[in-house]
Order: sequence, then C-alpha cells, then structure tokens
Amino acid sequence: METHAEAGKEGKPSCASVDLQGDSSLQVEISDAVSERDKVKFTVQTKSCLPHFAQTEFSVVRQHEEFIWLHDAYVENEEYAGLIIPPAPPRPDFEASREKLQKLGEGDSSVTREEFAKMKQELEAEYLAIFKKTVAMHEVFLQRLAAHPTLCRDHNFFVFLEYGQDLSVRGKNRKEILGGFLRNIVKSADEALITGMSGLKEVDDFFEHERTFLLEYHTRIRDACLRADRVMRAHKCLADDYIPISAALSSLGTQEVNQLRTSFLKLAELFERLRKLEGRVASDEDLKLSDMLRYYMRDSQAAKDLLYRRLRALADYENANKALDKARTRNREVRPAESHQQLCCQRFERLSDSAKQELTDFKSRRVSSFRKNLIELAELELKHAKASTLILRNTLVALKGEP
Amino acid sequence: MAAEREPPPLGDGKPTDFEDLEDGEDLFTSTVSTLESSPSSPEPTSLPAEDISANSNGPKPTEVVLDDDREDLFAEATEEVSLDSPEREPILSSEPSPAVTPVTPTTLIAPRIESKSMSAPVIFDRSREEIEEEANGDIFDIEIGVSDPEKVGDGMNAYMAYRVTTKTSLSMFSKSEFSVKRRFSDFLGLHSKLASKYLHVGYIVPPAPEKSIVGMTKVKVGKEDSSSTEFVEKRRAALERYLQRTVKHPTLLQDPDLRQFLESSELPRAVNTQALSGAGILRMVNKAADAVNKMTIKMNESDAWFEEKQQQFENLDQQLRKLHASVEALVCHRKELSANTAAFAKSAAMLELLSDYIRLIAAVKGVFDHRMKCWQKWEDAQITLLKKREAEAKMMVANKPDKIQQAKNEIREWEAKVQQGERDFEQISKTIRKEVGRFEKERVKDFKTVIIKYLESLVQTQQQLIKYWEAFLPEAKAIA
Repeated sequence: METHAEAGKEGKPSCASVDLQGDSSLQVEISDAVSERDKVKFTVQTKSCLPHFAQTEFSVVRQHEEFIWLHDAYVENEEYAGLIIPPAPPRPDFEASREKLQKLGEGDSSVTREEFAKMKQELEAEYLAIFKKTVAMHEVFLQRLAAHPTLCRDHNFFVFLEYGQDLSVRGKNRKEILGGFLRNIVKSADEALITGMSGLKEVDDFFEHERTFLLEYHTRIRDACLRADRVMRAHKCLADDYIPISAALSSLGTQEVNQLRTSFLKLAELFERLRKLEGRVASDEDLKLSDMLRYYMRDSQAAKDLLYRRLRALADYENANKALDKARTRNREVRPAESHQQLCCQRFERLSDSAKQELTDFKSRRVSSFRKNLIELAELELKHAKASTLILRNTLVALKGEP
Repeated sequence: MAAEREPPPLGDGKPTDFEDLEDGEDLFTSTVSTLESSPSSPEPTSLPAEDISANSNGPKPTEVVLDDDREDLFAEATEEVSLDSPEREPILSSEPSPAVTPVTPTTLIAPRIESKSMSAPVIFDRSREEIEEEANGDIFDIEIGVSDPEKVGDGMNAYMAYRVTTKTSLSMFSKSEFSVKRRFSDFLGLHSKLASKYLHVGYIVPPAPEKSIVGMTKVKVGKEDSSSTEFVEKRRAALERYLQRTVKHPTLLQDPDLRQFLESSELPRAVNTQALSGAGILRMVNKAADAVNKMTIKMNESDAWFEEKQQQFENLDQQLRKLHASVEALVCHRKELSANTAAFAKSAAMLELLSDYIRLIAAVKGVFDHRMKCWQKWEDAQITLLKKREAEAKMMVANKPDKIQQAKNEIREWEAKVQQGERDFEQISKTIRKEVGRFEKERVKDFKTVIIKYLESLVQTQQQLIKYWEAFLPEAKAIA
C-alpha cells in the first residue's frame, strides 16, 4: 500500500523525476503544535514507504532547537557543500504579542468594556497568526528537505524523523553562540579576501553572473522585506485604531437623542467593519508579501553561502595547484601535493556542477513562487478594496437618506 | 421703559415706541427699568439723547463714556439708531443710571434683549421671534472665504495676512461683494470683542483658532518647508470655519464689530490679543479667579432642563475628546501608511471638526457658568436686602428718624437690585435655552456634512486602490 507521495508541495521541478515506486516516497508534515510557557512543541508526522523505516507512519515530538540542530548538521556536512541548504526556520517569537497582551491587562481605565474585549480579541488573533506562521515555517523546512533527492537521504534526517525519544539537543550555550558568531565573522572576512584575490578568476561566466546577481538581489530583497513589514504594520495599527473610534462613536450615538444618533451608530458599525477589513488586508499582505520576501531573503542567503563554498573550493584548488607547482619545481613531496590537488579539483568540479543545478532550480522556484503570491495578493487586495467600497457606499446612502 | 431696538422690519408698532422715547428717555437700555417708571429713572443723561439726535444711517460704533458704574471693558460699543433706517441695527448702549442698575460685570449689554420693564418683554419677545423668522426665512445669504495667505514684512515682525472675502445679498452691508486683508491677531481681537459683549448674556460665541508660537515663528523665520505651509494652510482653514460659524449666528451677524471686521479696509490693531501683554495677563488672572469661583459656587439648580443639558454637554465633551484622541492616532498611522505606500490621509478633516467642536463646547460651558454667576449676584442682592431690612428695623427701634429715611432708601434700592437680579437670571436662562437649541441644530448639520465628505473621500481612495491593483494584476501574471 504505497501512497503516492507528493513530495514537496512547492512544485519543485526537480522532484518530478522521483521514482514513485517505492523508496523515495517520503511525506512529512507537522500535524500538531502546542505552545507552552516559552517553547513550542511540534508533532512531526511522517508517512513513508522507505524500507529502512520501521513503520510506514509514525510521528515524533520535536522542539525548535532540534530543528536548528538538524540544519547545522546539514551545513557542516561536507557532502552537501554543493547544495543549497534550506534555511532554518526562525525562532518562534511571541514576545511582542505577549507584551501587548500584558499591557492590555494592566489596563487603562478609560477603555470601555467592549473596547477591551475587542482589543483582547485582536491580540489573541494576532497571537494565533504568529503561531500558525511559525508552524508553517518549520513545516516548509522539513518538506524541502524531504523533497530534495540528496538531502532527504541523510542519516540525521532519518533520526530526526524517527527517533522516538528526545534528541537531547540542548540549546547552544553561550560559548557555542559566541563560537558561531566568530565563525561568521571569519567566513565573511574570508569571502572578502577570496573575492579580492587577484589571482582568482572566475572560470565560468555562469557563476560570475550568478554571484553579482545574488549579491544585489539579496540586499534588495532585504530592503523590500523591511518596507513591506512597515506597510503591514501600519495597516495593522490602522485597523487597531478603528476600535476606539468605533467605541467612542457608539457611545456618542447612545447618548444622542436626535438625528445624529442613528448616524453615529451607523458610523460605529461602519468602522467596525472597516476594521475587520483592514485587519484582513494587513494579514494578507503579511502572508503573501512579507513572508514571501522574508523567506526568499533567507533562501538567497543560503544560495550565497553555496556560492561562497564553491569559491572557497576554487581557492583551495588554486592553492593546491600552486603548491603542486612549487613541489614540482622543488621536486619534493610531489605525490601528496598531486593527490591533494586532485582532491581539490574533484571537489571543485563537483561543487560547480551541483551548484549550477541548484541555482537554476532556485531561480525557477523563486520566480514561480513570486508569481503565485503576487497574483494572489493582488486579487485579495482587489477583493478587499471592493468590499470596503461597498460598505462605504451603503453607509453613505443611509446617512444621506436621513433628514 | 426700555423699548426694543429693532427698527422698521418689526412692524408698525415700533415707530410709536420710538416717538415715545424721543423725549429723552432711554432708548436702548440694557439694564435699567424698574417696574414702575421709577423715580430713579434715568436722568436721561446726554448719552441717549445724543444717540437719537445723531440719526445717521451708517453703522458707526461710538465709544460712549461710561460712568463709573460700568467700569468694565464691555460696554464699549454703542450704535446709533437711525429711526427710519431700513437696516436692522442692533443698538447697544450703556445704561447710565447708576441709581437703578445693579452694575455688575455680568449684567451687560445685550443686543436685542435686556429690556427689563414688564411691558417690554411682550414686545420684545414678539420682535425677537419676528427676527428669527426672518433669519430663517432668509436663505441665509452670506458666504465667507479666507484665502491667499501672504507673508508681510520680515524677520520677527513678519506676519501672515489673509484675504477675507464676503459675498452677500443682505442689506446691512454696503456692497454685495468685498474683501479685506486681515491678520491673525485681528481675528483674535474680533473674538474677544464679541465674547465680551455676548457671553454674559448667554450667547454661545464660537471660539477663535488658537495661537501657536512655534508655528508662527517658523513661518516668520521664513522656512519654506512643507511643515510651515501645512501650518499656514491649517490656520487658514480654521479661520475660515471660525468666520463661517460666527456669521451663521443671527445675533452675532448683527454686531457692528463683526461688520467692521468684514468691511472696513483699515482695522485698529488689536494689541490686547498678544500673548504677553498686560491684557493677556489680566485675562489669565481673570480665568484663574473664575476657576476658583466655579468651585465655590454651589448653585441650587431649580431648573431641570439646565441640569440635564449641562450634564449632556459634559458627557459630549468627554466623548468628543476621546474620539479626538483616537482620530488623531488614526491620522498619525495613516500618515505613516501613506509615507510607506504613497496613498493619502483623509482623516485629518475629521480631526479638524472634532477639535473645533471641543472648543465650541468649552464656550457653551462658559455660557452656563455665566448663568451661575448671574444667579449668585441675585442671591447676594437678596441677602443684602435682608440685612438692610434688619438695619431698618433696628433703626425703628432706636428711633432715629433721619437714619430711618436713609435705611428706607437703601431698602428700596436693594429691592430693586433683587428684582433686577432675578430678571437678569431669567433672561440669561431664556437666552441660553434658545442658543443651545440653535447650537444643537448646527452641530447636527456640521457633523453630518463632514462625515459624509470623509466617507466619500474614503470611497475615492478605495476606488483608486482598485484601479492600481487591477493594473498590477496582469503584470503579476506575466512574471516568468
């Protein structure tokens, strides 16, 4: 009873060639998630026909740190140096939401009960949205891994998916964090050095082109991501603003005894509906635009990392060449130099090939995802704009109709 | 003995009144008259006589010399009555009979009212109604615009001059379209004059826009940036709204100061409106005294209508303030949003209206306060009367004939004052009622118009959004 595994929901073209007959079918999803005090527990469910799994369906509970561990394991693995490692999911961050909830709780006596209830509702919805997002991020990470023909065969991955007990991966302690930090610095210094090195010429136009493109792209997308965030936040604030306005209008309305009364009440209703609409606009923008931008920001970073590794390999190769030449001239230790150079050469070639493949994949993936999201965003925005026009028009008619 | 002062339009009754009065009795008194043609009837001082005889046709405010009773600033303007002038000219005069008038700062000049004789109210009521009818029937025919802010002068002495254009078919104005240049302190001067004349009798005088030292300094210094142009634009709009509101008030429209403001090309500089002047400081002191006073007066509110209305206005005030704060937040966020997405912010208009109304309500509250003061005066007068009576009784007992006579006189005097106080109080109450009614009507209209405008602009924005997204959609589809 093999289930046709639809590996990867993102329509990655490279998965089309997967042999569905048996061993490569692997379906991963996060079926459940629980948020506790300050951590989230994900239930990772796997359906697979792969022979070396004990069962065809099983699930384990994982925490965020274990995802990070998995990601790091991939990154540190030399074998995958030529591949784009899917970016790690961001840490679940409920801080902002929690703070707001707390502030609301401490309370403001000027806020009426209905207003309070509404604001609380809003905050809870926000909390829920953040929660859903973090689940989605973790899920996408796993699914990309599962979909990649090479990456899905990793032993660590299997352990991650199957091992029933706690992986006892503790969060990085301070030394490790610092170590990681330093490593980053070294890496970027190294990168700068390599690229600056005069002797290092990019042999392949393709890569040259890709490099410049990626660098530029990464910065641009980071900017766009920030701006989209700001827009989204402004929309959200706008929607939140409507709450007190609506409340004030309705209390004004109840107090009035003349014609203004119905007008005010209608207005209050109008703002309430507008609020919901704006809120939806904000969240749509968030999902379609900001999230996508953010994801691709990280992805392009991963691609950049790949390029860096390749470049590093190239540099090593060059160095090996030089060493070989030196050894030949000196006629000493030619053998080891030769084998070293061979190694480097192989490595470099291997990296270049797979990198090429990966990068083309990356590009097509990116384009299609942008297309899909932007179309959806435009359609949703249109829908919302039309809805709000309708509401406004109706209220206008009602207001004008009264004496 | 005071008669109404609205000439001709009021019908035939009027001329006879005037004739009666021609023999030098007070014409347009604000405070005088006692029930009987009181002995203390105005030795018609030269003032009214002068007024009558002058008989000119134009509205010319003359400064009347007040006797010491009218120490305060309020009774500045008097108007000549031209008995057969076709124009409606409200006349204000200060009543010069010290013996009778309980001169207090609060009982003052009121344009159409203030006739205290028993007979007068009938006439005056009728005439007031007539006027109001006319005011309503007149398709209220005056349009005011404030435009063309221009910087005049240089450096710290610079100021912005605004062009005030009036288009009207009302007969009281000499032309049907005219415009003058005014500066901000002129507006403030107008407001302070109107306030001093009308607030105590219970009219709701629309408040003027506020001074802003920061804003003006920026303009003076000559920064041509967007914030100073915005400031000037806001001020211009506020001044226009202020004038429109003032003109809408049928009584204020009659005021000579207002007319002078609109018409005459040169206006005496209103120095009293400067923030740091003697008058300014005096104002502050007065305000403080008033605040203390308010806390100590415990008024026995016998009229439920007033109590209810006051409560209503308190609530309204609070709610408007809240609404104002929320809309301000909305404006801020929309500005942010627009900065980030290049759309536009329309809630600013709402904000303007709301802040205007908050200040208007403050004016209304002021009116209620005056009524309270009036009542207090009345109470005081009553108390004094009692004391005087006691004194008289004592004298009787002590049997001092000359002192008795004096006491008797004083009693009579205070009796009159008591009655005066009572009448004043009733008067102010009546005025306030009418004013509040008018205010409410205006408010309803105002809010409705602004709200409709705001919503319409929102609709427009949304439609533009729709247009843009529709244009974007095919582009998105074309991504390859």
